[in-house]
Amino acid sequence: MSKTHVTATINGEAAEFLCETQQTMLDVLRDVVGLTGSKEGCASGDCGACSILVDGTLVCSCLMLGVEAEGTSITTIEGIAQGDHLHPIQQKFLEHAALQCGFCTPGLIVATKALLDENPNPTETEARYWLAGNLCRCTGYDKVIRAVMDAAAVMRGETV
Amino acid sequence: MNYLSGDLKVVGTRPIRPDGVEKVTGRALYSADTRVGGMLWGKILRSPHAHARIVSIDTSKAEALKGVQAVVTSKDFPEITSEVAFVGEGPMNFRDLSDNVMARNKALYEGHAIAAVAATTAEIADAALALIDVQYEVLPHVIDVDEAMQPGAPVLHADMFTAGVNPKPATASNIAKVVTFKKGDIDAGFAEAEVIVEGSYTTKPVHQGYIEPHACLATYNPDGQISIHASSQGHFMVRAYTAKLLGLDMADIRVNPAEIGGGFGGKTLIYLEPVAVALSRKSGKSVKMQMTREEVFRGSGPTSGASVTVKLGAKKDGTIVAAQQVLKFQAGAYAGSPIGPGCMCGFAMYDIPHIDVLGYDVVSNRPKVAAYRAPGAPISSFAVECAVDDLAAKLGMDPLTLREKNHAVNGTKTHYGPTHTNIGFTEVLQATRAHPHWKAPIAEGHGRGLAVGFWFNIGGESSATVHINEDGTVMVATGSPDIGGSRASMGMMAAEVLGVPVSKVKAIVADTASIGFTFLTGGSRVTFATGMAVTQATEKVVEQLKARAAQTWDIPVEAVEWKDGQAFPAGTNAGAFPPLDLAAIALKQGRTGGPINAEVSVNAQGAGAGFGAHICDVKVDKETGHVEIIRYTAIQDVGKAIHPSYVEGQIQGGAAQGIGWALSEEYIYNDKGQMENPGFLDYRCPVASDLPMIEAVLVEVPNPRHPFGARGVGEVPIIPPMAAISNAIKSAIGIRMEHLPMSPPKIRAAIDAAG
Repeated sequence: MSKTHVTATINGEAAEFLCETQQTMLDVLRDVVGLTGSKEGCASGDCGACSILVDGTLVCSCLMLGVEAEGTSITTIEGIAQGDHLHPIQQKFLEHAALQCGFCTPGLIVATKALLDENPNPTETEARYWLAGNLCRCTGYDKVIRAVMDAAAVMRGETV
Repeated sequence: MNYLSGDLKVVGTRPIRPDGVEKVTGRALYSADTRVGGMLWGKILRSPHAHARIVSIDTSKAEALKGVQAVVTSKDFPEITSEVAFVGEGPMNFRDLSDNVMARNKALYEGHAIAAVAATTAEIADAALALIDVQYEVLPHVIDVDEAMQPGAPVLHADMFTAGVNPKPATASNIAKVVTFKKGDIDAGFAEAEVIVEGSYTTKPVHQGYIEPHACLATYNPDGQISIHASSQGHFMVRAYTAKLLGLDMADIRVNPAEIGGGFGGKTLIYLEPVAVALSRKSGKSVKMQMTREEVFRGSGPTSGASVTVKLGAKKDGTIVAAQQVLKFQAGAYAGSPIGPGCMCGFAMYDIPHIDVLGYDVVSNRPKVAAYRAPGAPISSFAVECAVDDLAAKLGMDPLTLREKNHAVNGTKTHYGPTHTNIGFTEVLQATRAHPHWKAPIAEGHGRGLAVGFWFNIGGESSATVHINEDGTVMVATGSPDIGGSRASMGMMAAEVLGVPVSKVKAIVADTASIGFTFLTGGSRVTFATGMAVTQATEKVVEQLKARAAQTWDIPVEAVEWKDGQAFPAGTNAGAFPPLDLAAIALKQGRTGGPINAEVSVNAQGAGAGFGAHICDVKVDKETGHVEIIRYTAIQDVGKAIHPSYVEGQIQGGAAQGIGWALSEEYIYNDKGQMENPGFLDYRCPVASDLPMIEAVLVEVPNPRHPFGARGVGEVPIIPPMAAISNAIKSAIGIRMEHLPMSPPKIRAAIDAAG
């Protein structure tokens, strides 16, 4: 079976890869590109641990084919920080202890980025419904939601 | 030495965890994140039948497929005689574990491993599985625990004769064991009672639901030395079980603990590692294996489902005089449910003179259960705490007042043996009484429920090493996998003892070849037991630091004090030397006697039991049957919170899992004994929009057996939610929900039945 050549932008850098037609974007990221920050929790779009941004839209990378990445700009958890400077969402997840095992954390952070890009001032309820596609089994979501609301305030310039 | 009364600078603060940045940037390496060149992908063929004899397995077509490099079946694993397993959590027999990892004669549940392949790609491995020809003789199956106990039920194991009964039964059955605990005279107790309540309850098996599926990478080298890279709750457990199941020496196996993506008890035993090693041995290549979510549900352990009855007798003044409980726990396909702790924990919150508890450990055609947070206690306490609430209603008494009147205190002798000492249950109930949530009026149409929970907590074997680096920074290594922030608390305890900022201390989890034996991360033991080892190792290092200062100043070591990370002469008689700080001593360690470090191994005792009380407000939509959690407060005695954020996190997470157990989670089987909801869409764990904020209230009654007063905190919070919610629903709509989950169809049916 011949592989398909795909050209895309991944975390701001031009990227090329070869993938099988049936290969998911998650498998491409993890097994071909070597970015293992996106996690496989279910491979059925139910847990959100593999969340990425495709041209700014939040996507479960397990539900997308690698070939569909052609010509797109992909952001994964590895592209959220600016060099050694953490994104405010990452910083607030740390400060609020919004992670325990950390396995769902990459997906939650990417999903939060998508939320705050679209809605910089969400209510708690809006944040909870937006993140309802990201399962976390450790935290009960309390500290996650606090981190999200605090990060939103920082990004609006209201607090540090 | 202890630090219970001292002025603490680090312990009790909330620093950022040392492994945090790796986890928010996606760099942390979990089980499935490691790859090596030339590795193969291993996959498992699983039984589609709930109960079947394996007549034959023909692997020839699979072996002939291009890219397939090894196929294994039970023939590739040595037969193991019956032997109770060491190292793990909860009862397990090595023969059963071997059979669970690869079925030998019968498939005992849908999802039971039958064969495995290793191929150059995952796709080829999947294709090879489809080419394995297994001939089954399908047998009658049984799923439900009560049905499995009936005479005439399909028997899973022809050699299972109920243990714990005299005389030994003449016929085999599915009842593996009977457990009894008695205190006082139950008949006299009920004769004395003026008010009696009874209830009959059922709970469904629920999965731990860790988001990281089981995975591993194993390499078998030609000299017989093996490396395993895997996440687990105990890499020493992985080493011991893999060695046992393959007949290998432990010294030939080195297990590297990957970051673990949740466990909650479900990663205290093994499924893949011996299979990966067997495939690696046969193929000569490294083998990576990773379960799908469906395999996690079908093939790894949930906790028991159960059937429980409770009878309580009390005086009119609310004094509980008699308590009786019968618990039937399903163990899955092999003996070993958490029936023991189930029998222990239900009544341990109360001071009751006459108690009788009878428990059954029952096998049926389901995956073998694994530990899940406070194994057994949530099931038992759901029943007891519903019955206590019903008793309060019958007595016309406030449910908190009834618990205050009967609660266990220091000196209360439990029905299972020990006498409660150094417990903080009274303080927990006081904090509950004083909490604004308890005092707030209940909104129109809402209901409020209260329930309490108990877990004994454990200590056990732990090892820790503390090294002083040449620049005075500090390394702490332990053998405890970090499942929820324990590296932070280990580093904090070491920093406190040394008197240095926590930023100068880095804690890691060492592999099985690099640190002394450490029992697994479970039973809420790490902060207690491994924390004790870290504290003692750090104290030994402080003694060495003082000795080096004494040597430098040429004064007796007794004349040196250690404070705030510096050595001082103890008083004016010791001499007038400027203090020597850690960095200064560290720099010269080579010239003052060599490297400064210490390793301590402990078998920690005196874990200190934990108690909690949960208050829950609900709103029930009578039209849809949906239960909404409006407000939730969890109050718990934590001894001393080393890192309060992660203590709160344990309580919030445990409560959320309990809410899922209460309202939405269950294994659903069809009439063929196949699970119908093996995915997160249909097996419904709570999501962010299902829950409110969960207020965690930390009550600190120090445990005097721990240097900083810590108690285990991870188990207790999953115990009260199911009863708290059932009690809240009763408060809201006047109907007692005795069966879990209290999902919309069940609530609707109960409302219809009540007319």
